[in-house]
Amino acid sequence: MRSYLKNILKWMDDRGGFSELLKPLTTHLVPPDATWNYVWGSATLFCLVLQVVTGISLGFLYQPSADVAYESLQYIENDAFLGSFIRGLHNWGASGMVFLMGIHMVRVYLNAAYKYPREMSWITGVILMAITIIMAFTGQLLRWDNNGVWSAVVAAEQMGRIPFIGKSISYFLLGGDTIGGETLNRFFSMHVFLFPALIFLMVTYHLYLVFRNGISEPPKAGRPVNPKTYRKWYEEMLQKKGVPFFPDALWRDAIFSALVLVVLLVLAFFVGAPALTTAPDMTNVNVDPKPDWYFTWIFALFALMPREIESYVMFFGPVIGIGLLFALPFLSNKGERSPLKRPWAVAGTLFIVLSISSLWYIGSIAPWSPRFDAEPLTKYTVPKASSQVERGIQLFNDEGCIYCHQIGEQGGIRGPNLTNVQNRLNKDQLIIRIVNGAENMPAYGGSLTKEELADIVEFLLQNQKK
Amino acid sequence: MCDCEEGQDKDTIKRRNFLTKLTSGIGMVIGAILAFPLITAMLDPVTRKKKQVWRRVGSMNDFKLGETKMVTFKSASPYTWSKKIANSAAYVRRESSNDFVAFSVNCAHLGCPVRWVEKSELFLCPCHGGVYYKDGSRAAGPPPRGLYRYPLRVKDEVLEIETQAIPITTMDA
Ligand code: FES
Repeated sequence: MRSYLKNILKWMDDRGGFSELLKPLTTHLVPPDATWNYVWGSATLFCLVLQVVTGISLGFLYQPSADVAYESLQYIENDAFLGSFIRGLHNWGASGMVFLMGIHMVRVYLNAAYKYPREMSWITGVILMAITIIMAFTGQLLRWDNNGVWSAVVAAEQMGRIPFIGKSISYFLLGGDTIGGETLNRFFSMHVFLFPALIFLMVTYHLYLVFRNGISEPPKAGRPVNPKTYRKWYEEMLQKKGVPFFPDALWRDAIFSALVLVVLLVLAFFVGAPALTTAPDMTNVNVDPKPDWYFTWIFALFALMPREIESYVMFFGPVIGIGLLFALPFLSNKGERSPLKRPWAVAGTLFIVLSISSLWYIGSIAPWSPRFDAEPLTKYTVPKASSQVERGIQLFNDEGCIYCHQIGEQGGIRGPNLTNVQNRLNKDQLIIRIVNGAENMPAYGGSLTKEELADIVEFLLQNQKK
Repeated sequence: MCDCEEGQDKDTIKRRNFLTKLTSGIGMVIGAILAFPLITAMLDPVTRKKKQVWRRVGSMNDFKLGETKMVTFKSASPYTWSKKIANSAAYVRRESSNDFVAFSVNCAHLGCPVRWVEKSELFLCPCHGGVYYKDGSRAAGPPPRGLYRYPLRVKDEVLEIETQAIPITTMDA
């Protein structure tokens, strides 16, 4: 029996050529000291595989039609066996992919692995990053809840700022003048067919390049890359001390990917995907569109940027950013690779990471958004309030002051906290500010009567007792 | 390499050159033909683009003087299966007995839906804190301009709005 099975396997391998196919893995030599710092790319690839599997699973459950997509998501989330877990895994897999890709990129940049002869690896990497971001974005939209559809509007508006062709692009993106049934169809086809196909092409090529040009050896200060001699030197180094890619290097990738899987499984199971917001409806304005975490920093940027330059930044920012990324291997393709000898590269990376992190942080608080759900003040906010102060409190709620200003613990944080405003502004100054507004505060002169104004000011002056 | 005579060799090369060109030419033609359905399908919204239309949003008397009210209507040319998602909203304000204005609900910054806060007569945007006065002009926050307006007309006491694309603020706004 045993030998019978063995014969079958032998036949399959003889006619099917499986060992031949895999042989290059065991004969391909890599630098011996390629260590744990080399696992980021393969972990990103692992996430891609995970996305394909969970994506196909979701495809069996999802209805890509504007009319019922939301219902099918409810089904996935609430009724389907393991549905919410699969959705969670797809969500966290996407997060993992974006995150690991970011680290992979920073690693490659800091070690200058993009220099000769691996320029094309960097360039295809940048393309892959762009496609991944598109995938993350289109995926968020397929959730097709209110958050999803309004995110599509925001994206279209951003595209619309591109000079000359902006309007056509946003028309193309939405599949028309407004959000409609067309929109979901388009995003679905892009997310499920078009861009995955492009990713596969690019990933295959990216991997081919890894084999063709070899894994970059860990940099050493004082050993600059010289395009004239590098290839020969690399070849000789490999001949002398290279180790086979499989299993000497691949085992680390396997372990790390398994680790990533465990983390993603835990996150998917215990945290899950973002909760669905209300059903998509362009006539429902009681929504609070927020992007998924990968875009929170851009969201923050739009809120904080001076509006005079915003249109320019929205257009030139990405153009210059992407342009620089593509240009990088041409700007510097030889010389030192070690971060120890490239302090500016380290400083620049640190600066970008820090800026994005702070934008992230502030974006997650979104202090600029009015808090429509702020708990209204009651007459007890001021102890023993006079009837005028009570009226002032009521107005503070009704006029929407509370959406942007805090009294005590209650209220929004767009504007200054007004709990003790009487220590900063006197009565006249308060009146002037309320009537005239400021750059980020509307003028209330038109909508408040004299008495109402007096009531509010009286209340604000009272506040110290709180 | 070739163990044939020299003349034949030249012919072979010529022939190969021709076959190379032929094959890549055919490849390109096939590619172009295959790209055609992809492109036409992607451009469907362009080829089926319809004109904007007038939609009734209510009778004149539904709107009180000085009141701002939300109305909803169907977009210009939705696929028939779009159902509810093809509906749009606008804020209509009656300024005098015969003057109406209709504002887009889309913030002039990046298109988020603004909310009307009745008492303070302001439109507030949830996204980045844009604020507009009741006449649609910008009051605060990042929007570079006031709210966009819909064309509006009264026909036999009935208010009609002309559908519009989602307003897009461009660089020069
Ligand atoms: S979309 Fe309204 S303030 Fe940005």
